[in-house]
Amino acid sequence: MNPPSTALAEKIGGPGSGETEELISGSEAISHVCRLADVDVITAYPIRPYDTVMQYVSQMIANGDFDCEYIVAESEHSQFEIVKHASAVGARVFCGSSGVGWFYAFEALAVTAGLRLPMVAMVGNRALDDPGAFGVEHNDALAVRDLGWMLNWVETAQEALDTALIAYRVAEDPRVFLPCAISCDGAFLTHSQAIVKVPSQEMVDSFLPPYDRGDKQLHPDNPITIAPQANEDWLMEMRRQNDQAARRARGVIIEAYEDFNAKFGRDYEPFLERYMMDDAEVALVGMGTMGMPVKVAVRKMREQGKKVGFVRVRWFRPFPAVELQEALGGMQAVGVIDRDYSFGSSHHSGTLGTEVRSALYPLEKSPKVVTFIAGLGGREVTADNVVETTDMVFDAAEGKLNDQDTYWIGVRE
Amino acid sequence: MSTGSVEVVYRGIFQKTLAKNICRGIVFAAIKEGKIGIAFGRYSDSPERNGIPAKQFAVVSDTEEELQEYLSRYEPDNNDVTMVADDTLCKGVESWAWYGLQPINKLLAKDGTLLVTSTQSANKLIKTIHRKGSPYDLATIKAQASFSGLWVYKDDHTDVRLLGALAKVAPHIVSLDSVLEAIKDQWKDDKKVASAKKAHDETESTSVGAEQGSDAEPFSFDMPGYTKMEEGLVIRGIAAKGDIPGRDGGFVPGRNPTFKKYSTRTMRPVINFSTCTKCTLCWLNCPDTCFDITPDGFYEANMEACCGCGVCEAVCPVKECVTMVNEEAFEDNDSQWELWTKDKDGYSAWLAEKIANPPARSHGFHHIGQYAEEIANESS
Repeated sequence: MNPPSTALAEKIGGPGSGETEELISGSEAISHVCRLADVDVITAYPIRPYDTVMQYVSQMIANGDFDCEYIVAESEHSQFEIVKHASAVGARVFCGSSGVGWFYAFEALAVTAGLRLPMVAMVGNRALDDPGAFGVEHNDALAVRDLGWMLNWVETAQEALDTALIAYRVAEDPRVFLPCAISCDGAFLTHSQAIVKVPSQEMVDSFLPPYDRGDKQLHPDNPITIAPQANEDWLMEMRRQNDQAARRARGVIIEAYEDFNAKFGRDYEPFLERYMMDDAEVALVGMGTMGMPVKVAVRKMREQGKKVGFVRVRWFRPFPAVELQEALGGMQAVGVIDRDYSFGSSHHSGTLGTEVRSALYPLEKSPKVVTFIAGLGGREVTADNVVETTDMVFDAAEGKLNDQDTYWIGVRE
Repeated sequence: MSTGSVEVVYRGIFQKTLAKNICRGIVFAAIKEGKIGIAFGRYSDSPERNGIPAKQFAVVSDTEEELQEYLSRYEPDNNDVTMVADDTLCKGVESWAWYGLQPINKLLAKDGTLLVTSTQSANKLIKTIHRKGSPYDLATIKAQASFSGLWVYKDDHTDVRLLGALAKVAPHIVSLDSVLEAIKDQWKDDKKVASAKKAHDETESTSVGAEQGSDAEPFSFDMPGYTKMEEGLVIRGIAAKGDIPGRDGGFVPGRNPTFKKYSTRTMRPVINFSTCTKCTLCWLNCPDTCFDITPDGFYEANMEACCGCGVCEAVCPVKECVTMVNEEAFEDNDSQWELWTKDKDGYSAWLAEKIANPPARSHGFHHIGQYAEEIANESS
């Protein structure tokens, strides 16, 4: 780690001075984590909106504030292959992409988790291209949900920074050794600047130990083969180990948040954010920046005496089924708003809707779950949309709305 | 209500089409008798590399339900007939999965028939085949390992000869009439029909007793559970044996005990150490790094790692220093260098015998008509 340049040291207060406040975007917050975590290898290939991270990282390198192997690959596939291999030799790595770029890297993405190679990636959520759309949808990051990747969605630039630090600690924990993707909504977070507390190097060092692969490090002094041919003789055992690691990740995440809250003076609940849930009768559930308009609407409705609350899911993998059961078990009805789609799925809902419904099913008295799709392709989800949605959830609670269907909010008919 | 199954063991990728044609022929013949059947490969496609033992199966049955039982199996393990398209496979087969060595008669039913294309006598073959523990029959079709499934090789009728022989040893699966009809339908070639008929008439079986055969223990590996095996699909390297004697540095490869290549090999190099100039070319060029450096600086092909490709023979600049010899000439995988060190005269005699009168090379012809000559010689 190079010491920060004088200019940056002044700007961020210099080593030992604790946190400084900066006006930065979600992407810039992630790039600060690359610097603070002293990432060894970063690979890049431009695609909007993830490419803003590239921009800030290369700027820090050019200014002499950060030193790493910064490789601009010729495609996303190569981008993720390079960091996958760098992780195997014990380098701390960062990578990222958006939309179909993430999909182009899929072969590498699938194998990274299987081989238990930790990596932190930022997905600047973007619609899957065809019409050239670059607004936010969550289908890109969600595509790896079954493969061993840990996945989370953040709401603010501050949460992006904090969660990326936590992600490194969890991903590189030997009990886990799995990749983790931080999902940042395209435009709403990647391009929106807000005041963010940027921690000092000392604070980060006290929280994040160096990445140590131990005897799984690929090195001439530790001759090992990673990933020889595995057929029906080994593959099922390998998947089961992956499953065990994904189960253990839950506990490691809780540990990391406890330590982070103590050292950074934050108050995060690890898996969920609960908003006005104490006496709520119905609840909305969603992920990412959609939390903003939802909170505005919830406050408005509270003023009108409607007992509605909001649960924002931070970690989608591992999925917080137990926490959701506890948070939502007493509701009369739950409305899940997906910023993604899963065409032809049960109840024609999005992916979050399916998972929440499944998590609540074992409850003795499970609430009615009604699912919504909103904000696709970057369309704004307004506070009015949320009020309309909430009214439908109340209707479902009273049996006046079919809770076996999914409702599209803000779509022209 | 009855089901019959046939296992065809062959060398991938050279014999893949041959094996497929045999199994399809069995199904077509069964259809002639009003039965139904399926043909399927179990080690096919991507892992099927040069020389790798691979399998095709044909199952015929009276009903769909009986067939289903076989379709759900990875490998049917109670076959009426096991056909072997290359007699060097009689030493056993390894799949790509780490299951160890499978004796060639392991999946053969009690009292079933092992049907081998070979120019060796039944008695000689039996010595290389693992003891089964139950009696079975051995039948041979006089032929070399056929490449006729490859379009660049001339059709030598091995496929229909095996089909004809099958009708002889297992008429309950397919009768000769059905086989001949199916061949006529498929190939529209009277010569192939005649070849099948001739093979049928000439095929004789020998009874093999439960305790007859090689008593070598087929090697196997531990298959640890997920709580025991290393995470992240990591395989530990093997510590090197040490520096090369008399030199600084160098490299003596450790041999991975969980990946042996005995059954991939159809030929092996024999080495004349007294003419070896220690030029290193075999050691450098071996694609499998199979050469060990001996304490006195010779290069010895380690039979655990040799695939039998013949590159060492091709690059050796010394006349008759490295000679590839068909695998059927060997009964063990012992070190040639150790034998030579202990008894130079004995080794010279052993080497002279292997080279002077070698069985046919496992692949490659040197002149037109060679195949016919070799078959004629073997038959006389």
